[in-house]
Amino acid sequence: MADSIQWIQHVELYVSSSATPSQQVASVDAVATLLKNDLLTLEALVREMEMYLTTTDSIIRCRGILLLGELLAQLTLKPLDSTSIHSLIGFFTERLADWKALRGAIVGCLALLRRKSDVGRVTDSEAKAVAQSYLQNLQVQSLGQHDRKLSFQLMECLLDRYAGAMADLGDNLVYGICEAIDGEKDPQCLLLVFHIVESLAQLSPGPLANFAEDLFEILGCYFPIHFTHPKGEDDDVKREELARALMLAFASTPLFEPFSIPLLLEKLSSSLPSAKVESFKYLSYCTAKYGPERMAKHAEALWASLKDTTYLSPQSMLSMEPESMSRMNFQESDVMTEAFVLLQEVIRQYGEFISLIIGDNDINAFLISLNQYKGFDDIPLQVKQKLHAVGHILSACAKASAAMCNKVFESFFPFLMDGLGLSVAQPSQNNSYLDEECFSLAKFKFGPLYLCIELIAACKSLTLSLYNCTSIHDFPHQRWCSLLSSFSESLVKAFVSMLRSNVADNEQSAYVYCGVKGLQILATFPGSFTPVSKSVNDNIFLELVSIITSDSNKTFEWTSALKALVEIGFSIDKCLDSEKAASFESTVVEKIVSLISSLDSAIPLSLRLQAAFEIGATRKDFMLRVVRGLDESIDTNFSAVFDHGNHKSDELTIKLLDTYSQKVLPWFLEIGGSEEVQLNFALRIWDKIENFRALNLSPPEFTSISYQDLLGATMTAMKKAVASCSEESQEIIINKASGVLFSSTVFGSMGFKSGSSILKEEGLQQTQNYGNSSGRDEWLTSLFASVVVALRPQTGISNRKMILQLFITSLLNGHVPSAHALGSLVNKLPLETKGIKSSRSLSLNEALDMIFHSFVGTCRDDSTSGNDGSGVNINSLRLNTSRIQLEFNTVIGLAWIGKGLLMRGHEKVKDITMTLLSFLTLDCEAGVSKQFQNLAEVLDEEGVHQLMKCAGDAFHIIMSDSGECLNRMYHATVRPLYKQRFFSTIMPILLSLVVKSESSFVRSMLYRAFAHVVSDTPLTAILGEAKKLFPILLECLSTLSKDVSDKGIIYSVLLVISGILLDKNGQEAAVENASSIVNQLIELTAYPHMMAVRETAIQCLVAVSELPHARVYPLRTKVLRTISKALDDPKRIVRQEAVRCRQAWASIASRSIHF
Amino acid sequence: MVSGLINANPVVYEKKERRSRSTPTHVDEYAVELIDQLEIFDHIRDIKDPEHPYSLEELKVISEDAIEVDDKRSYVRVTFTPTVEHCSMATVIGLCLRVKLMRSLPPRYKVDIRVAPGTHATEAAVNKQLNDKERVAAALENPNLVDMVDECLAPSYG
Repeated sequence: MADSIQWIQHVELYVSSSATPSQQVASVDAVATLLKNDLLTLEALVREMEMYLTTTDSIIRCRGILLLGELLAQLTLKPLDSTSIHSLIGFFTERLADWKALRGAIVGCLALLRRKSDVGRVTDSEAKAVAQSYLQNLQVQSLGQHDRKLSFQLMECLLDRYAGAMADLGDNLVYGICEAIDGEKDPQCLLLVFHIVESLAQLSPGPLANFAEDLFEILGCYFPIHFTHPKGEDDDVKREELARALMLAFASTPLFEPFSIPLLLEKLSSSLPSAKVESFKYLSYCTAKYGPERMAKHAEALWASLKDTTYLSPQSMLSMEPESMSRMNFQESDVMTEAFVLLQEVIRQYGEFISLIIGDNDINAFLISLNQYKGFDDIPLQVKQKLHAVGHILSACAKASAAMCNKVFESFFPFLMDGLGLSVAQPSQNNSYLDEECFSLAKFKFGPLYLCIELIAACKSLTLSLYNCTSIHDFPHQRWCSLLSSFSESLVKAFVSMLRSNVADNEQSAYVYCGVKGLQILATFPGSFTPVSKSVNDNIFLELVSIITSDSNKTFEWTSALKALVEIGFSIDKCLDSEKAASFESTVVEKIVSLISSLDSAIPLSLRLQAAFEIGATRKDFMLRVVRGLDESIDTNFSAVFDHGNHKSDELTIKLLDTYSQKVLPWFLEIGGSEEVQLNFALRIWDKIENFRALNLSPPEFTSISYQDLLGATMTAMKKAVASCSEESQEIIINKASGVLFSSTVFGSMGFKSGSSILKEEGLQQTQNYGNSSGRDEWLTSLFASVVVALRPQTGISNRKMILQLFITSLLNGHVPSAHALGSLVNKLPLETKGIKSSRSLSLNEALDMIFHSFVGTCRDDSTSGNDGSGVNINSLRLNTSRIQLEFNTVIGLAWIGKGLLMRGHEKVKDITMTLLSFLTLDCEAGVSKQFQNLAEVLDEEGVHQLMKCAGDAFHIIMSDSGECLNRMYHATVRPLYKQRFFSTIMPILLSLVVKSESSFVRSMLYRAFAHVVSDTPLTAILGEAKKLFPILLECLSTLSKDVSDKGIIYSVLLVISGILLDKNGQEAAVENASSIVNQLIELTAYPHMMAVRETAIQCLVAVSELPHARVYPLRTKVLRTISKALDDPKRIVRQEAVRCRQAWASIASRSIHF
Repeated sequence: MVSGLINANPVVYEKKERRSRSTPTHVDEYAVELIDQLEIFDHIRDIKDPEHPYSLEELKVISEDAIEVDDKRSYVRVTFTPTVEHCSMATVIGLCLRVKLMRSLPPRYKVDIRVAPGTHATEAAVNKQLNDKERVAAALENPNLVDMVDECLAPSYG
């Protein structure tokens, strides 16, 4: 037993009125813990608390009972024996009469009633006693908000959990509840009240019957839910929540029907749109709940109000998009949308409703009146709105069921056909109608046409729903179906003639839209249910395809025809209709595919390709067919480029390849499955190249721009194709590729003797020849590089050594894709080669040795001092006056290799960075220059500077994300946080070099490298070092701002600074440098070469103004003076920022507007 | 000052949609964008009315068409329309407009603030007061007035 003194203290604390609420909560928790752990029994507690529970001081008694109640509320999971429960519930039931200490009693009852049966539950009779006491003693409406809420919760709990016991109470209960809820206004309580009514209505031998009217009278006042104080403190209860609860209460029993429906119908005439929306919502829900018998007598009233909302005064707006101006594209108001929902619900519940609509005089008169308008533009807007509404009503009726559909069709369809002037087609004329103009456009009145299409569309969706759920065999015998089939042929004719009309003005485009839509609907009826015969169906396909193939000038017609075909394709795929699929393939797909390669087509290639891709995307085997067409076309065009130097083919091939890499390959990747397409594509290209080699053909004028574009497009397509293949397929491709590559005479004679360096003088001569002369070899190497870039790490590559050599050679000749390939290779090569060590396999270290070795070259004699084998020795690079370019290529190559190593987290990246850094500091005339003597000799000053700049930019290559290679898409090995790691290793080195450097040019180059590294490092890493970095960043800005061409770098550094300034930790770092930051930023606000720099500088200044007042106040005058100049900036955006900045700085001190 | 609101129930109009300026894809870094009507209007449209929680734009006190600007001659004239003829807030509104433009335009500008002809009982007096440098400066020495102005301007520094 716990120390009784201690818990009694808690009780005293709780009961006394002097304790704070948090202390009280703590003491409840403390005692509850004791009880839970059985350190204190409930019995002992109650006995000890006797005085508090029975004292005549009502305040203390109230606190005491409340404590007991709250303790019980915490013990809901602790098993209690039935005697305790019995005596406790008895106590609380009795206490409900004690209005001075009511809250504790309610809390206690609630806690006990909510207990689950497995831990001891209040019995039904006890619950009944509670309810009786409740009804007898509680004057709910005279209580405060919180107590009311509790008592409603208690009633809710009783009704939900002890429904049986409550039902026995009969009228008394209903009466009591009516009394309790009458006049409630608090949203939270109302939510409970609505739920109580709902539960009450569900009690089994409904005691409600006599009181339904009274109860509804109370409930009805709340409709529609409307908050008079929209921004009250009770924001936690949403209007929607309340409205929904009230709706459930309304619909809880059919007994409410005589009262609720008239009320709702009456509210429909309200001028508040929200009330109307609510009424329709409630009506739909109640209709579903009350059932058809009860709703039948309201049918006429419902129809009257529905007609009023949708037809007589429709609230819809013609959508204002230019392309839909000529269509019936209406934006319905919420009221209308809800009205249509109700219409659907009523029809679904009560089929007879439809006779009201069919027999409606207004609608019939409207249909007749439609015949007076001819074209689309003759119809005034109001009539269009009505037309839209009638279309919607009819289609809602027809969609409901087959029987309804029959009725609607019987009553309206023949009339509409009359209006269109169509008759049942004579079967004699078979196909000829497609060739002659049977109808003149003027004959078709838009009104009937629109309604007719709406009806057919409704039929189709009905068919689809029937098709999916049941197997109705008498389908074709349905009246509507036979009606539709008998007219189908003439309908198709009519639609076709609308498309054939050559006028493309605004009015006609409405007809074109209708024609296409009509054909599309008729062709998308599922399978055997189709009302059109196969030949008619084929004619529809032919007609649509002929639009696609004939003319792209009528863009609207063209795009809608394509869209219709795509829809038809999808519907065929969904309905598994093999017969239709076959005819679709033979008429549509074949034709479209033949378009790809047709030379004399009037349609631009990009449109043809778009059509082919979209049609293909409807189904996989269609897409495969399209791919075949694309392949053939690429083949012929390639040959045209290589054989005849046909420039036009260049562009065509580029477009074809782009379609491949941007649309087709991603599509296949998305649907998954086989990778045949990708593999075949890659192999085909290599076949092609092999053939050209054999014929010794090469593209003419390979320096021209379009040729470069062609190569680029081919490389991208190749990379994408290879990247989406599995390891096995990649192996096939790489083997094929290297076969083609190394069989070539040029590469064969290059002297790739195993292990020996190719960089002997003659070898070099050869490679240079290769670099300059043969575009074909550039093709080969570039394509091969793209294959290598996209390989997966696990893919086995044979001949690695040769491949490596090849890339090194071509890299030194300035071939950048080779650098990408080298980077990818070192990124993905395995660390160790397993199994027997053959000359063909290669581990990473060997590869690196080879690479460094090649860069080191042959001139060992004069470099003995510097080369200790740890890295690359610049000194020993072959330096000839003719080979300045070589140094640049080396730097670029090293950058990509370094990137590859860095991403996988290999330590050799250090050697590469050190090498790059030594290039950077090349200019140090005084100190280390001995190492670079001969370099300095061969390169003039300008050249050296260029080289240093290039080395600085190499850091950009290393740090930035590349789309070309070494990214996730091309399966690069990426170690997490590699950028952060590089940042933290390189930073100290760079900083110390900056300190050491004496030449200003070297320093500026170091800053350049620094800027690249910093701007690509994630901000979080920089924030940690911000204090140290600030001075350098500022120095960096001032150095870089001297050269116009560096504006991009300045901008990215400025972004880093603004990132730091916006961060809390960064601001702390900025405080110390505030004055120098401001000085530098002020200078940049006048940076003339880039608007974004000025804008960001001013934004940074705004951020600086947030720093501690004492720091920034002295700078205020200076900033304001600068900003008043920026107010006159040539660019508007900068001026806007300046106004904001000016305000920020002006308001940090006393008001003074003199600046 | 009169107790109670001058115009207790003003007509509130809809805000015009913010016209976004077309941004050409290729931006000429060195091209000059002149200060135009819309830019001036953007500066002042969100100024709050001194007695209502609505912006001057919503109350149609100012409109884009009522702004004349000549960037070359560094001249701008804003003509505003008080909601009621006897509005004693007209001077405060005018002061707000002047202060806001002084803070937003380059110092080379001359700002002219006027009440639209025929919309105010003491039109001439208000115009004179608003364009008198000394009186504006004096008004801005008055802490109460400055507080009021700052409160009205606050929403316009979005």
